[in-house]
Amino acid sequence: MTKAIISINHVTKDFGSVRAVNDANFEIAEGEFFSLLGPSGCGKTTLLRILAGFEVPSAGSIYIDGRDVTLLPPNHRPVNMVFQNYAIFPHLNVASNIAFGMRRSGLSKAELAERIEEMLELIRLPGYGERGAHELSGGQRQRVALARALIKQPKVLLLDEPLGALDKKLREQMQIELRQLQQQVGITFVFVTHDQEEALTLSDRIAVMSQGDVLEISTPGELYEAPRSRFVADFIGTMNFFDCIVGDYRGGVLSADSAELGPVRVACTTPPAAPGEGFVLAIRPEKFQLVFDDAGASANTVRGRMGPSAYLGDRSHFYVYLEGRNEPVSVALPNLARSLDRIRGVDQEVWLTWPEDAAVLLPREE
Amino acid sequence: MSASPSEPVRATRGGVRVWFMRSESARGYALLSPTLVVVVLGLIFPIVILTTLSFWKQDYVDIIRTFTLENYSAFFEKKIYYLILYRSIRISAFVTLVTIVLAYPLAYFIAFHVQKNKIMWIILVTIPFWTSYLLRVFAWKVILGYNGVINSGLISLGLISEPLEFLLYNPTAVVITLAHAWAAVAILPIYVSLEKIDRSLIEAARDLGESAFMTFVRVTLPLSLPGVIAASLLVFIPTVGEYVTPTLVGGTRGIMIGNIIQSMFGKALNWPLGAALSIISMLTVTLAVCVLLGGTRWFRKKVG
Ligand SMILES: Nc1ncnc2c1ncn2[C@@H]1O[C@H](COP(=O)(O)OP(=O)(O)OP(=O)(O)O)[C@@H](O)[C@H]1O
Ligand SMILES: [Mg+2]
Repeated sequence: MTKAIISINHVTKDFGSVRAVNDANFEIAEGEFFSLLGPSGCGKTTLLRILAGFEVPSAGSIYIDGRDVTLLPPNHRPVNMVFQNYAIFPHLNVASNIAFGMRRSGLSKAELAERIEEMLELIRLPGYGERGAHELSGGQRQRVALARALIKQPKVLLLDEPLGALDKKLREQMQIELRQLQQQVGITFVFVTHDQEEALTLSDRIAVMSQGDVLEISTPGELYEAPRSRFVADFIGTMNFFDCIVGDYRGGVLSADSAELGPVRVACTTPPAAPGEGFVLAIRPEKFQLVFDDAGASANTVRGRMGPSAYLGDRSHFYVYLEGRNEPVSVALPNLARSLDRIRGVDQEVWLTWPEDAAVLLPREE
Repeated sequence: MSASPSEPVRATRGGVRVWFMRSESARGYALLSPTLVVVVLGLIFPIVILTTLSFWKQDYVDIIRTFTLENYSAFFEKKIYYLILYRSIRISAFVTLVTIVLAYPLAYFIAFHVQKNKIMWIILVTIPFWTSYLLRVFAWKVILGYNGVINSGLISLGLISEPLEFLLYNPTAVVITLAHAWAAVAILPIYVSLEKIDRSLIEAARDLGESAFMTFVRVTLPLSLPGVIAASLLVFIPTVGEYVTPTLVGGTRGIMIGNIIQSMFGKALNWPLGAALSIISMLTVTLAVCVLLGGTRWFRKKVG
């Protein structure tokens, strides 16, 4: 990892009896696109506001660029924020909004005008300087908020769900633009979202939060393919969980037994528990294969009945019921013509198979 | 050329209804009409009468109904009217200024620093209004008077030996009394406009590097200007014509145009001159309001 630009040292924040952030302790590297991801009310905004200087942590300290800023007010921090509702000043036009933070920059009027024009170019709104704040669409307001923060050339840009108010198409377009922009300007982005897809698309690393705790910090690939807790596995994408008992472990492959799946073989570097103890096997819907001929009774094969299905264009989702399991297993298949034409409908007998390296091993909780 | 395929619908009975349903402005006027009637009868009508009256002439107890500009020329020839109108405007401007300066911090405090029970604070602010206006003016007379609260207090403390005479019967007393009387009227619109300001705008200004004070100057104040303007108009316009307070606490140096107009319609018995003075002071107030609005527009431009 390159140099850390932000270091969050055992930060806790209490609002009365509510603990919004509990002992957050991690670093964010320079130039990183870092996301805070978690369900509503988990403390993402609070942590971001602590970084911006709007909240003082109840315990712990914050270092930005090597300096202790824990008690520094927002106007003295080398960070800028893009607010969830953009907070565009309604009494100022676009150019004055962008120039707002440049009052003491020491630039001459002409230089400032030039910088503003550059920023408008960057956010692809050239010639919009004279527009009033009320004459902008949601996406345009979002870009103006970005420009207003970026013109200050902060060390770190903080973004609180900046795409939350946009429709799906525009959001996807803005995601790409945001990522390009970040690479272009090379500023560290700390990005708050509750949309896991967005976090996976944009981030270099993601911190997953739940009820004030930072559960896991990983790259998007690791979070998706090798989550370290059941909460994270469940929160990111869809996941099927199966209770298993550890059998023997030989040559990097664990044999285990599951009441629902039968004998299971999983490739892993260390067994999750001692022989005879329980663990949780987690398999993503797209890791399954659907087989329509009797696949026999071997490891990583299980017989089931087709449940309801949903056509999603590029792929289809199926529910498959297993014997001895109440909730159906969720299976996703790409819509290649060959794989679909043997599906007869609900109650058809099918077999599910999955490769040895497809499953994730999680400790049993409680 | 063939006839256009969609001729506009003729205004038949159904047509009128459809037109009414379609026209935003027609429905708007319908909603407004009761108010409109009151405004026309209660405002336009008296103004027409007043204007007509101002071009007539008083002859002892009779009014001569021939057109004359005498009343208006009297205003410009006799310096006294002109000076008193000027003094009225100045006193009202002071009252407005003092009221706003006193009301703004209180409104700011309620809007930004009171978390619970804002309504209770608002009610507390209006408590002085629960007593009669006259009573409040008399209260100030008691406080400021020759043997009043302030003077007897200072004498019993031994700070002064003779009562201070400059407290009562002068323009300052009028300003103090009026500012107190109108404070609650000014607080409400300022409070409303402050309350409406999105808190994230203030945070954004801080985030962009401005101090708390400059954030106030560049964001909070401009965004609360509508409330300040409303408060200014609510205080300024009625106080120019004020005559109760100057009568009671103003003395001879505190006489305002309202007193003169009142005496013209009363003891002096010169209705046409009173009407002309009313018209002139109304036009002057309009002019002053225009100056105020122009000034705020200039301030906005400058801050932006
Ligand atoms: N000013 C405050 N006073 C009291 N409690 C607060 C305050 N701000 C946040 N909280 C509480 O702290 C917890 C975390 O809030 P926070 O705003 O950080 O959540 P979040 O993760 O941003 O959620 P969302 O995705 O809904 O925006 C919540 O339980 C919230 O009620
Ligand atoms: Mg939030």
